[in-house]
Amino acid sequence: MIANSILETGVADCHPASAPDYAPLDELRALQISRLHAVVLRAWKNVKLFRDRLDQRGISPRDIASLEDIRKLPFTVKSDLRDTYPFGLFASPMKDVVRLHVSSGTTGKPIVVSYTQEDINVWTSVMVRCFAGCGLHRGDILQNAYGYGLFTGGLGAHYGAEGLGATVVPTSGGNADRQIMLLKDFGVTAICCTPTYFLHLIDRAAELGVDFKSLPLRTGVFGAEPWTESMRAHIQRASSVEAFDIYGLSEIIGPGVGCECRRHDGLHIFEDHFYPEIIDPETGEPQPDGVEGELVLTTLSKQAMPMIRYRTRDITMILPGRCECGRTLRRIGRIGRRSDDMLIIRGVNVFPSQVESALLQIEGTLPNYQIHLTREQGLDQMEVQVEVTPNMFNDKIGALQGLHQKIQSALDHVLGIRVRVALVEAHSLERSQGKAKRVIDRRAE
Amino acid sequence: MKIQQISLFVENKPGHIATPARLLAEQGFGIRALYLADTQQYGIVRLIVAESQKAAALLESHGFVVKVTEVLAVEVADRPGGLADILDALDGSGINIEYMYAFPYLREGKAILIFRFNDSDAAIAYLQKAGINLLASEELLK
Repeated sequence: MIANSILETGVADCHPASAPDYAPLDELRALQISRLHAVVLRAWKNVKLFRDRLDQRGISPRDIASLEDIRKLPFTVKSDLRDTYPFGLFASPMKDVVRLHVSSGTTGKPIVVSYTQEDINVWTSVMVRCFAGCGLHRGDILQNAYGYGLFTGGLGAHYGAEGLGATVVPTSGGNADRQIMLLKDFGVTAICCTPTYFLHLIDRAAELGVDFKSLPLRTGVFGAEPWTESMRAHIQRASSVEAFDIYGLSEIIGPGVGCECRRHDGLHIFEDHFYPEIIDPETGEPQPDGVEGELVLTTLSKQAMPMIRYRTRDITMILPGRCECGRTLRRIGRIGRRSDDMLIIRGVNVFPSQVESALLQIEGTLPNYQIHLTREQGLDQMEVQVEVTPNMFNDKIGALQGLHQKIQSALDHVLGIRVRVALVEAHSLERSQGKAKRVIDRRAE
Repeated sequence: MKIQQISLFVENKPGHIATPARLLAEQGFGIRALYLADTQQYGIVRLIVAESQKAAALLESHGFVVKVTEVLAVEVADRPGGLADILDALDGSGINIEYMYAFPYLREGKAILIFRFNDSDAAIAYLQKAGINLLASEELLK
């Protein structure tokens, strides 16, 4: 069956780990229902919040007999992770947890996600399937410029690339000149990073007199932020790279929830591990394939931290029909926007509410503020403009500089990324019909 | 002895001092002294005008963030050592100058310096003891 698919399509993008990509649909659905049942039972036994919610609705894990029954289950939302910070949603004892990662929450506190060894193995396997689907294999040299550390991007891609058998160059983010030197000197064939960072590397290489088109680099796996077809066209014009869109989020596992294949017609979701639904973000009602709505994901095999019907806030659709690549996995459309106000800046999630909580710490009252997003030399820049209020104002310049510094460090601390702070005159920020406009995004210009 | 000074927050952009200056002029407030303390991004305009409370209210009603602070105006001989005499009078007092600027105005061969001290009352006592002439608002604004 697997061999047939490959023969039919003639695409040699297969690795032994990719076998489930081509599983017959009846087998896939049977696997999903048995895994769904197991994960619901696991969460019900070990996660108080989940058990209480089922009890309130008079539902027991036994009521989940088919995949459609998933609709009986309550949603999980990002604030649940904050409210149970740090370990309240864990379904494994800490002795079985081998890794913790941290992502930004909606206010001051971050969210924590955990993994058992088995979870890490699943994560590695889905990342192997992503890379294999992009046509990478043993012998490729992959430069991983996602940030290593608390962010899931770096280590997730790293394990996947090693699992594939590729040679990994773990550069992590930053230091564009060194990235370019290594791409060139090592004959790197594939790169992982945010698409805007790759644009930055292209621009910087041009300044350094390095022609990206002459490098052996031919594959780029880009994610951690929304991007567009026009960015893909630009990347593919300015380099010899075939650009792939990869999708994931820490709450579910990190990168590797879904990825494009070489048909570039949507992102295949590894639905043997992550069950996708599309709902109307207003009503919560399920939407049919081909209709846009909010993506909801259930982790079918996660042990340390099962997520049941997690509302991603990402707006997309399940594409109807099968992909020509032969995979039976369903596909979602490219994610272009969100149903909440989350911003993605240089791959890092930022909520305006985080900015508010930082500003509130300064004077105890919230000054009027505005977030300005621009792109300079391919890199996202965020400036927070804060209107100076009478209680913030002091007629000594040193005191104003101290205020400026205080706001700067509060924002750096809460957001985890460097932003610019500008103090502006009262009433100078644009308002629409009296309501403050919080975010001005000029990155697409 | 204390003089009321108006401070305004302004962004360091072309035209941002002109607006409050024009506003005051239109309403007949004569600006006696103006000093700008600035950084690359923003600054503080310090003004001495007659009827400072009214002027501050006018600016506030036009959306400016305004602070009225008390400063001292010191008359000093316009000769070498004029400033040093004042500083000597305060030597050892523990009084700190938060900022100061010279008045761009000469009268009878004397200059006027505006000071903001961390402790105005103590500064008045020390300066008067040393025989340094502090101007009252009426004299300064006449």
